[in-house]
Amino acid sequence: MDVRVQREDFDAAAESRRLTEGRADVGAVVTFVGLCRDEGGALAALEIEHYPGMAEEEIARVVAEAQARWPLIGVSIVHRYGEIRPGEQIVLVATASTHRGAAFAAAEFLMDYMKTRAPFWKRARRADGAIEGWVGAKDADDASAARWDSA
Amino acid sequence: MKAVYFAWVRERIGKAEEEIDPPPQVATVADLIAWLSARDEGYAHAFENPKTIRAALDRAHVKPQTRIAGAREIAFFPPMTGG
Repeated sequence: MDVRVQREDFDAAAESRRLTEGRADVGAVVTFVGLCRDEGGALAALEIEHYPGMAEEEIARVVAEAQARWPLIGVSIVHRYGEIRPGEQIVLVATASTHRGAAFAAAEFLMDYMKTRAPFWKRARRADGAIEGWVGAKDADDASAARWDSA
Repeated sequence: MKAVYFAWVRERIGKAEEEIDPPPQVATVADLIAWLSARDEGYAHAFENPKTIRAALDRAHVKPQTRIAGAREIAFFPPMTGG
């Protein structure tokens, strides 16, 4: 398991490669990358604040829950903070398993849980120079995370 | 104990962290929110809607009824919007 919280960008292909390097038992790798979108040209940048220490620990707890649910060979998560512009990468989740079912499901679970549990907060800066303020939490994200409770 | 604040909770209170020394009758996270809210307008504004406040004790999520005794660090922040 590899969890990193960093200001710098990441290389999704390299993260994926690291999960399979030197081993022959991996049958499936799922890589998810979340990007900053421009909201139709209205968004200039996101400022992402985090709780240093807890961010890494909470993501690790979410990974442990995924490992308890699915037979995962490897997990790699990178979450960025600081200023992120439209088109840039924000978050990476990569999962490796013997079969694709576990890799797909675990990657989606990890994203759903990270969104509602990992201590990160986004603030939007608009293209017209105005600070739009803190991005509100979405009920849809809570619903996405909650559906795993009965799964 | 150390109190840390994030996002608009930090902005409304006007500081990122501070040392606090609540009296013994402040037993739970909810008690602490009420105690801090009485300090000044900034705290009152930050905690005006307790439903929008999340808390962590020693870097793990907790509920309002969780007891704070023994904790070294408490954090208050809005619902998370990462990912």
